[in-house]
Amino acid sequence: MIRVQQEDFDIGAEIAALKAGRTAIGAIVSFTGTVRDAEGQGTGKVTEMTLEHYPGMTETELERIEKEAHARWPLQVSLIVHRTGTLKPGDNIVLVVTASAHRDAAFDAARFLMDYLKTSAPFWKRETGPQGSKWVEAKASDEAAHMHWSPRKDAAE
Amino acid sequence: MRLLYFAWVKEKTGIAAEDVDVPHDVATVAELMAWLKTRGPEFENAFDRAEVIRAAIDQAHARHDAKIGGAREIAFFPPVTGG
Repeated sequence: MIRVQQEDFDIGAEIAALKAGRTAIGAIVSFTGTVRDAEGQGTGKVTEMTLEHYPGMTETELERIEKEAHARWPLQVSLIVHRTGTLKPGDNIVLVVTASAHRDAAFDAARFLMDYLKTSAPFWKRETGPQGSKWVEAKASDEAAHMHWSPRKDAAE
Repeated sequence: MRLLYFAWVKEKTGIAAEDVDVPHDVATVAELMAWLKTRGPEFENAFDRAEVIRAAIDQAHARHDAKIGGAREIAFFPPVTGG
């Protein structure tokens, strides 16, 4: 399941909703990305972050990434929630939850979902600080993390 | 053809979306960007570093050598930075 929304999310409530009625689940992993007030890329300490996205393509990409995770690991259920709009340091940005019978699949799939989301879901961050406002530049390390997963594991085995 | 611009590409062009008649001899994403550059100083500036700009054809990531024939919607944006 995927959702793109302005509102905050409640991690506990999201996990409880995923668990409800799914008693084959033995392992749940969640990842939460939050806004940090570290030095921005030339803006000084970040005081505000705005997330823009491409409505339509965002949902399509998140669904594609999620489907890919389910093709690679035996997941009972998964969830991706990504926020848009203007956020403050400490605010939640993204939630990924994966649930499987055993922990390995849940851990690996959660990392995979984040690595893929970072390089292919059409979101753009703009940071604001005392020295101005600037679009965040993509990191080469995110691209490397994405490449780490290719090709599909079960296709090679 | 509907063209969309996001993040700094949108800021530089000054528009978020437009409907344009693309010349028939413009066949690929790269050629479309080269043609867009000729549409005035804002576009010349926005597509100055065309090699770093990413594109999507009908809401799917597309390479610069991808054919644009039959596309309804093409988007241009910087490398993504979500998550």
